[in-house]
Amino acid sequence: MLEQLTEVINSTGLLSLTPGNLIMWAVAFGLMYLAIKKGVEPLLLVPISFGIFAANFPLTGLMEPGGLYYLFFHNGIQNELIPPLIFLGLGAMTDFGPVIANPKTLLLGAAAQLGVYSAFFTALLFGFSVAEAAVIGIIGGADGPTTIFLSANLAPHLMGAVSVAAYSYMALVPLIIPPVAKLLTTPRERAMVMKQMRPVSKGEKILFPLLASLVIILLVPKSAPLIAMFMLGNLFMESGVVQRLTDVSRNELMNIVTIFLGLGVGATMSAETFLKPQTIYIFILGVVAFAFAAAGGILIAKIMNLFTTNKVNPLIGAAGVSAVPMAARVVHQLGSEANPQNYLLMHAMGPNVAGVIGTAVAAGAFITAIH
Amino acid sequence: MATPVNSPMVGKLISVDVKVGDQVKENDPVATIEAMKMYVKIYAPASGVVKEIKANPGDVINPDTVILTLE
Repeated sequence: MLEQLTEVINSTGLLSLTPGNLIMWAVAFGLMYLAIKKGVEPLLLVPISFGIFAANFPLTGLMEPGGLYYLFFHNGIQNELIPPLIFLGLGAMTDFGPVIANPKTLLLGAAAQLGVYSAFFTALLFGFSVAEAAVIGIIGGADGPTTIFLSANLAPHLMGAVSVAAYSYMALVPLIIPPVAKLLTTPRERAMVMKQMRPVSKGEKILFPLLASLVIILLVPKSAPLIAMFMLGNLFMESGVVQRLTDVSRNELMNIVTIFLGLGVGATMSAETFLKPQTIYIFILGVVAFAFAAAGGILIAKIMNLFTTNKVNPLIGAAGVSAVPMAARVVHQLGSEANPQNYLLMHAMGPNVAGVIGTAVAAGAFITAIH
Repeated sequence: MATPVNSPMVGKLISVDVKVGDQVKENDPVATIEAMKMYVKIYAPASGVVKEIKANPGDVINPDTVILTLE
């Protein structure tokens, strides 16, 4: 009788709970609170936080080979399927008009990658391996799917920490960009009005994803999974003849894979992989990466202005951190505060979408260099 | 001498926040448009009295569109 009772108790998870599990539950509930009460990236943080919560129950086998969450993680993330699918949806939402009208702004998107490389070198100093440092550096690109993609490629054990860092800082863009931008620009620079951009023809918009694919994938072949899907989504949208495919890419498909992505990423955050000093370093380096990315864009914009007649407002450089379109909105607000006649939104979209491309290219370059 | 108030970018007009006959000062908000899922306030480029409102909420507007005129 007593034996059977002990057996019943042992078969429950109760006795196998570790203090680490309880800490991870607290982390999960903290993220849930941020997502539900504060509206921080809820579409990602709700599934991620529940994934963390569920993955920290003992004896479930959810994350053992063949387990349910393992299937999401292994097939969707480790096999690098989901991030490119998200890029398909992003491409179907991205208007390259501002970039085509003012191609200079592509450079500003590239400049923000300074954040990626500064965090990469700092991470090396902290004693991370080259592969780990690359994954931490990419946080500076402010691009969740790319971060997850690179992590699956180079350092799967860091995936939980880097993706949560990337998504939480993306939500903090409205807090991170303004102090950096104000430090590096004068009120007069911020008040500078930019000329209205020329209208862009439909033909140009259809050619852009093809030309961009040609250039980028030839230069950095390893960026192909992300870039090819991104440009396909964009071609869906700009061709105007496959409205159904455009809609499904940016709505239903995106929502479906977001669920699997969130659960798969959250489930990697078990107590033994997440509760390490490394995680704290990753969060510190992540904010450094973001600040440097914004600063890099602004400084390159200022340098560009020295050599060109058609000047850009340096603020738009800060939109080079990918977080689309949040970074562009923040830049617009800053410009508007300095001068109500200043409408930077569309100008900032240029560096903003260029930043997405830049981060995907940086990820491809890391894979090429490290593999 | 009427001053036209144009949209600074392509977007959807959400509302015109002044009435004909209103006195507005430079940099007062006069209309709201939506672009890139963001509400953008349009501010008066000069002071004056609202003479005529030429666009309706829900219209898709671009930089050639005159939203209202001031004089």
